[in-house]
Amino acid sequence: MGTILVVAEHLEGELKKVTLPTIGFAQKAAAINGDEVVGVVIGSGIAGVAGEMAKHGVSRVIAVDAPEYANYLAESWTPALSKLASDLDASIVCAAASTTGKDFLPRLAADLDAGMVSDVIDVYDDEDEGLSYKRPIWAGNLIAKVTSDSDVTVVSVRTTNFEAPAEGGAAAVENTSPGTGASPNTEFVAFQQVKSDRPALTDADAVVSGGRGLKAAESFGMLEELADKLGAAVGASRAAVDSGYAPNDWQVGQTGKIVAPNLYIAIAISGAIQHLAGMKGSKTIVAINKDPEAPIFQVADYGLVADAFQAVPELNSKL
Amino acid sequence: MKVLVTAKRVVDPDVKVKLDGSGNLDLSNVEYKLNPFDEYGVEEAVKLKEAGKADEVIVVSVGTSDSQKEIRTALAMGADRGILVEVDEDEDLDPLTIAKLINGVVQREEPQLILLGKLAVDAENNQVGQMLGALTGFGQGTFAYRLDIEDGYAIVGREVDGGTADVKVALPAIVTADLRLNEPRYASLPGIMKAKKKPLDVLTPDDLDVEVDAQVRVVGYELPPERAAGVIVADVDELIEKLRNEAKVIG
Repeated sequence: MGTILVVAEHLEGELKKVTLPTIGFAQKAAAINGDEVVGVVIGSGIAGVAGEMAKHGVSRVIAVDAPEYANYLAESWTPALSKLASDLDASIVCAAASTTGKDFLPRLAADLDAGMVSDVIDVYDDEDEGLSYKRPIWAGNLIAKVTSDSDVTVVSVRTTNFEAPAEGGAAAVENTSPGTGASPNTEFVAFQQVKSDRPALTDADAVVSGGRGLKAAESFGMLEELADKLGAAVGASRAAVDSGYAPNDWQVGQTGKIVAPNLYIAIAISGAIQHLAGMKGSKTIVAINKDPEAPIFQVADYGLVADAFQAVPELNSKL
Repeated sequence: MKVLVTAKRVVDPDVKVKLDGSGNLDLSNVEYKLNPFDEYGVEEAVKLKEAGKADEVIVVSVGTSDSQKEIRTALAMGADRGILVEVDEDEDLDPLTIAKLINGVVQREEPQLILLGKLAVDAENNQVGQMLGALTGFGQGTFAYRLDIEDGYAIVGREVDGGTADVKVALPAIVTADLRLNEPRYASLPGIMKAKKKPLDVLTPDDLDVEVDAQVRVVGYELPPERAAGVIVADVDELIEKLRNEAKVIG
């Protein structure tokens, strides 16, 4: 039996939430090919992270714990994972399609001379090809069904499309050192974290997003007030980010973050294809826009044709 | 310093791609353009040349002979010469094959910096730059919003989840461009005229000793599920009522 390796993402000693639906993907793939779902944690001082991962639907966790992994770098993770993939006879190596996963997974695929499938939204048993994947292309306008002929396939998982496995049990944690060393050519300098008391965009139950129609960075103040009333994260369209009204880290869309909260409120966002690609999976979508022809209304469950500068303060006073 | 920059020909991202009756892509009425993320790469390369940090900017594209047009666009923006790695229209390319072909060009040209768009807006794989990193053994600075070349290093500011990160990559280095890196210029008329006379070499996969053999294959397409049309509410009060009692998403 081979293995499906799920590479954990973690920050400051905590397992990041995106890892759990990634395990959900691996379980679904394992139901097709019969392989064992194995967690992998790479870092320095990551016993806690490995222990946490062990409770979530993996049969064991491989911990690579060494000082040279104190800061994430694709150049140090790649040779370590390459060695693990071959030692453990992996059929699939996967991680969340986050900026970290998107950074190291392709490098790993090339190192393994393996095919890679990005942003997977489903895995299924194709009647001609066997285990195959679905992934959105062209800003979500089409879904491509993709298969890989290589012995091991590298997959980045769009985590909003998979369920987190139920918590329970505690799988064994095995420590190993691949001995592949530190990055020879790239040095980590600094991580500037945007500190916020609000939930992370990709984890939030609700998201309040603003578009170019807000006309100024200051206008996001009323959205932040609404977000805080709802316990929501704040997002923005690419147009708003390009105009300098909101930081890039808030960007929702094809080129930003993919979100699928229970409630998505789009304020003064017209609904360009590239924005819709990032939020169409939300459960309930609300659009507030003064232009009744705005494309955002075509995907909204509830549309309010109104000036944001009147509607949002009114919402804030009534909630 | 020699800079290599990629220029992929892609379907205009603002055009909605359709399927034909037999479930294949219908590309009959689409427009093509230079991949917008590659434009950021070209702009950055040309800026480095203008700042005296690069001596030569070489544009490379992997595609059919039609891709010469996108190479000319990059030359019109200020790149010095182009290389087309020409493949047949019916050739199946996956990102790893493309990375191997670009690696073939890297081995011939030996650039100190390779700039690529972080992804192409058609298939959106976001793989080629990082794969090229493994094939060349060079370090990578992906999703760059800032790039400085200093003392044999590329200092790259990266867009990452939860903030930004800085890495210092020894040259030769691979950098993939994200949105805020710069504002790509429009090609000027004199630029377009000059571009017509700039050299453009055509190579084949055989010239580069690369076998074109895609491991990842598209086996079909389907349309995403449509969202059912919603309702227009009259005012804020009705919106709150619906969210509270119908959708039950607020308390």
